[in-house]
Formats: sequence, structure tokens, C-alpha cells
Amino acid sequence: MDYFRAHVLICGGTGCTSSHSPKIQQEFADQLEKNNISKEVKIVTTGCFGLCAQGPIVVVYPEGAMYTMVRVEDVKEIVEEHLVKGRLVRRLMAGDTEAEDTSKSLENVGFFKNQVRIALRNCGTINPENIDEYIAYDGYKALQMALTEMKPEDVIAEIKKSGLRGRGGAGFPTGLKWELTAKAEGDDKIIACNADEGDPGAFMDRSVLEGDPHSLIEAMIIAGYAIGANQGYIYVRAEYPIAVKRLNIAIEQAKDYGLLGKNILGTDFSFSLELRLGAGAFVCGEETALITSIEGKRGEPKPKPPFPAVRGLWQKPTLLNNVETYANIPIILTKGADWFTTIGSEKSKGTKVFAVGGKINNTGLVEVPIGTTLREVVYDIGGGIPNGKKFKAAQTGGPSGGCIPASLIDTPIDYETLKEIGSMMGSGGLIIMDEDNCMVDIAKFFLEFTVEESCGKCPPCRIGTKRMLEILERITGGKGEMEDIEKLEILSKNIISSALCGLGQSAPQPVLSTLRYFKDEYIAHVKDKKCPAGVCKSMMRYVIQADLCKSCGICAKNCPVGAITGEKKVPYVIDQDKCIKCGVCMEKCPFKAIFKNV
Amino acid sequence: MSSNCCACVDEKERKLQEIIEKYKNINGALIPVLHEAQDVYGYLPMSVQKKISEKMNIPLSEIYGVVTFYTQFSLKPKGKYKVSTCMGTACYVKGSNLILDKLKEKLGISVGDCSEDGRFSLEACRCIGACGLAPVIMINDDVYGKLSPDDIDKILDKYKDL
Repeated sequence: MDYFRAHVLICGGTGCTSSHSPKIQQEFADQLEKNNISKEVKIVTTGCFGLCAQGPIVVVYPEGAMYTMVRVEDVKEIVEEHLVKGRLVRRLMAGDTEAEDTSKSLENVGFFKNQVRIALRNCGTINPENIDEYIAYDGYKALQMALTEMKPEDVIAEIKKSGLRGRGGAGFPTGLKWELTAKAEGDDKIIACNADEGDPGAFMDRSVLEGDPHSLIEAMIIAGYAIGANQGYIYVRAEYPIAVKRLNIAIEQAKDYGLLGKNILGTDFSFSLELRLGAGAFVCGEETALITSIEGKRGEPKPKPPFPAVRGLWQKPTLLNNVETYANIPIILTKGADWFTTIGSEKSKGTKVFAVGGKINNTGLVEVPIGTTLREVVYDIGGGIPNGKKFKAAQTGGPSGGCIPASLIDTPIDYETLKEIGSMMGSGGLIIMDEDNCMVDIAKFFLEFTVEESCGKCPPCRIGTKRMLEILERITGGKGEMEDIEKLEILSKNIISSALCGLGQSAPQPVLSTLRYFKDEYIAHVKDKKCPAGVCKSMMRYVIQADLCKSCGICAKNCPVGAITGEKKVPYVIDQDKCIKCGVCMEKCPFKAIFKNV
Repeated sequence: MSSNCCACVDEKERKLQEIIEKYKNINGALIPVLHEAQDVYGYLPMSVQKKISEKMNIPLSEIYGVVTFYTQFSLKPKGKYKVSTCMGTACYVKGSNLILDKLKEKLGISVGDCSEDGRFSLEACRCIGACGLAPVIMINDDVYGKLSPDDIDKILDKYKDL
């Protein structure tokens, strides 16, 4: 076996790939060659490290030095200084002020030191396209334990004992789901994985699929053994081309190693796995809709019961979990349920991965023990809000969730606590908003999403959400009345109680939660016809301050609709009826004489 | 019609036949077949749906129902360069609507349409999972992140040739 004195890990996740990490990898190869050290240093393409905002990311071992925002031009310096002379290139290392003088290795960077990585354990560490690297990190050890040392019921008992709950949003106990499917009548059962991550602003599952596809495959084989199924399906988004590619590679490698197919590891157990591509429908994240979609039909949900555990794909009992849930399974078996229960809160064990985005410094993926407070995530790990702005709210659960206001920032993040405050855990999107975001506009944004994604099968969702959106459009358009707010509340209650599936039942949540914590903003829109955050265009006015105007005419020249008039030595004026609020005049004014009035 | 063009139609039809053959014995094959047919034709016009209907023995109404249900399938042709603006939450709170406005203005088309010369088509998509780089757009397979409306001109310039 070849021995390498150093390893260069380059992130090949979607974020860093779009920041041109493939070009950087090529440059490393060229530079190593030039310095005659390509036989001593190995380049590894890994999955996502999580710190997407600082990408592209390069980590050099054995030091564990993390270089961020690496440009092609920087590669030469890293190779010549670090890899040839052994001197770290400090100017490119992760900017963490607290750890300024320490070694600044990966573990010491603030973003990572407060995290507990279980589901993401291999992301950013191994090459996802190489099964041997996965195996070297205890990969497929859990499968071997399950098949050779445990009975199916022992596996289920261990998962139950671990207290693992579904990471797709609702938090149903995973072990119980496995047990129900195992006990369901019928010999022919199916394992399915929901990898149709539809929540806009969430990309945890993408990261696991791209960075550690074998952990999902291993878990699905174990699940098949535990409940007595020989066929599995992964329903993955077509919008994730890198994930699809790596899953296909991983499935082929597992087949070659005898880990998929007939008589796995020489036992009587056989299992095969197929990929199915989604086609862009948010409702297919709902389990019955996902199943209908795999069957090749319009992905419309069905009433429950019967639950998929009893009658699912092709009328067979079906076990459906999401990617992150499965990613926890192998490590629970190898390290034991007792170890797993030491992490997390009283009611929910283990960790949760969050896709932290929006107005926060360290956007990216964060994995923390359940029960960690929002404050720790936003400030200790996320590095706070950029540009000195104030934290206003965090949105969790996507279109089914709600907003957590600044006053509740010390709430521990847990399935129950989030529900109590009118939000939900959801699949893990965590969008941070600052004072420049209008909460009525955000509610409208989510309603637009639901209206578009409603499958149209049940009227409460199809018609009700549309009516809610119309009301929100009135309010943000400056034509709202106080009774509109009341109507929103009534409609919300009716939709929640009468819609067919989870999508409809949760669709009013973004409105209800913003009404609960930011009602004054709704009232400002309705009564004062003002948008306090200055987002809603219809209520915005651009005005030229007469004493600052030098009558240069640049604004009038640039105005696309001819709304600005004036002449020499007389301050220019904007005709508010003609103005389309594009803001070009304010941008172009050399004397900063134009202001946005909110 | 020139013989040249006929050959190209035949070529596509042959590929379609191969795709349908490949999925013959697979349950729930319609969606994978539609995905691959769209790769061949660029979109799924009625004529292609009719062929699939005949060859797979699935009612045309059902196929049309599936095609119009999922956003990935398109009844209209796409441009050579498909511009998708991410309108996911992370991008939205960072001003992706301003990026979309700029693209509409620059390309002179609205969402879902294709420019007259067939060069660009414009989409608003839900989330491409590059939230760390918000706001982002995708042109075919290239992702551009951390954008401001001013960056759009320079990016579109790269796609000048038809």
C-alpha cells in the first residue's frame, strides 16, 4: 500500500464545487507534480465540510490545517510553503478570532468545536466515491454485526432503545416505526428512503448523499434485514445531480463487494436497491405522495390510515425514513444505544443537522445535540449577524414551520419546545432574519410557495391557501383592512383542521407564527400603510431631499420610466404616481440626496 | 422537409424506443421514461407524449397529468442556456427577487419563457441546495453564488455565443 506523508482534502460538495473547487484540485495536482511531491501527498475529494460560506475549503493533514476561500492563485503558496517547507499559510486559515494563536486546526475553529457530528461523521473526511475509505471508518461494520450476531428483533430493540426519532420533521420514534412495519402482514416488504429534500433552504440530506452515500446504503440494508424486506428504493431529487451520481457509484461498489445483492456477506439475506428520481414536487416529501410518485403517478397524497407501514408502495408494507434518520443507524449499532442516549435532551436523543442560512456569518451545515439553544447556534457556531445588524427571527420548518422571535432565542431546539412556540423542527432548515426582513413579506413568500406546490386534491389546501395569499397580497400592497387579519386567523384554523395531508395542515403555520410574534408589523401595514422593514415596494417612496440636490440631472437620465423632472438650479422631484420603485435613482445619485422613505 | 432533418427525428425516435425498452419490466417506469425522453427532446411536446402513450400503453390523459404535475417536466422548449434563479428561503431573504428582476430585464423574458433566438430560458426554482452561497443562480450546470444584481451583466456575457 502506498504511504503518503500528507493528505490534501478538497471539498467536492455543491457549495464548494460552485466556488470552483474542481479547478483548485487540478491546480494542486499540477503544483504537486511541479514540486516532485505528487507521490508523497495525496489529494482527496471529500463531501461537504459544512462551512459553505467560506468555501472553497481545503484541509491539509496531518496538521488538520483548514484553508478557506482558497483561490487558484493561492494553491502555489500552499504547496510551496506548507507541503514543501512545512510552514502554515496563516493568511488563508479560518478566521476565528478566539483561536487566533492556537494551531487553528479544524477542531479548534469555533464553527466546528461546538458541534457533535454523528450523521455528518464522514462528511468532509472521506472520499465518498471510494468504498474502502468508508470501510476504514468502521463502514459496513454495523451491517456485519447485524447479519452475523443479531436477530432482526434485536436490531429493532436496539434502535428503539436509542430513542432515535425521525429527522424528516415530525419526530416519530424510528424504532417503533420499524417494529410496526416488521409486524405488518405480508411477506413482501419494502424499504424506502425519502431523499426528496424539498424544503427550500434545507440541504442536510444533500450533504449526506454527496459526502457519505454508503452510510445511507448500509442503513437501508440493515433496515431490510430488521423488518424482513429484500427491496429498497431511494427517492432522490433530480435537482441534486452530484448526489445522484455518487449514489449510483456507491450502489455499484456495494454490489461489487457483495454488500448488496444475493446472500450478503455469505448469509441467507438478500437485498437490492434502486434509485428513483423525483421530478420537482414539494408535496412528494409527504410519505403517501412520495409512494404514489415512485409508482409513476401524479404525486398526490392519500388519506391515512392505512399507513405505509401497513399498505404502502404497491400495496406492500413499506418502511419510509429520511436520509438523516438512516445516517444515524450504523453508528447506533456500532457504538450502542446506550452511548447514543447520552447525547441530546430528555425526550429526544442524538443530534440534529441544521442548514443555517440567511443573514448569518457562517452559513452552512451545523450538527448539534438536540436541546442546544438557538443562541448557541446563531452566535457560538454561526458567528452572529453580518454588518452589525440585529437578529430579528429564525425560521425553522420551512413552509410548514414558523418564526422564532429574538425574545425566545434561548429556547432549546427540540421537537416539543419548537411546537409549543408555534414552529416545528422540520427537516432542519434554519433561516436567520435581521431587521431588514419584513415578516409579512416572509409569510407571503411561504404562502406563494404552498399555493404553487399544493397538489390540488383537497379544497381546503387548494382554495384556502389561495385565499390567504390574496389577503396577504392586499396587506403588503397597502390595501389591507383590519378585518383581513381576522380573516387570516379564521382561514388558518379551518385549513389546519380540514386539509388532507401534512402540507395543507401545516401551510398556515408561517402566517400564524408571524401573527403571533409580529402582529404590530401586520398592523403597521394595514393601518399606517407602512412597511417598517422597508421591503414591501408598494409602500415605499423614494424622495429627493431638496437641500442636498445639486440639480445634476443624473437621476432623471437614469430613471427608466421618466418619473423624475427638474431643471438647472431647481431641486429635482419624483412623480410618485409614475415611480416604479426600482431604486436606480438612489443608486446613481452622486450626492446621496435620494432617500428611501418607509 | 429535408432528408437531413428526417434523419435527426428518426434518431430521436430510436432513442425513445430504446428508453422505453429499457424500462419495460420495471414497475412505475413512467417517470424515469419521461425524464430520459426530456433529455433526448429537450422538452415533452404533445407529439412525444403521444408516442410514449402508444408504446407504453398508458392513456395520454394520465401521461399529460404526470407531465403537468411535476415542475421538472416542460411542455415548452428550453433555451440553449437554462437560467434558473433560486427562490428558496435562504436566497429570498438575501434578495433573490432583485436578481430575478434584473434577469427578466436583461433577457427581456418572463419566468417560464424562452428568448426568441432560443439562447436563454428563465426559471425560478425552489432550492438548489447551495444556501451557503445565497443568492444563487444556475446556468445549465454552472452555479453562481453570492450575487448582487450588478453581477448579472458580466455573467450573461459569458454565454453570448449561440
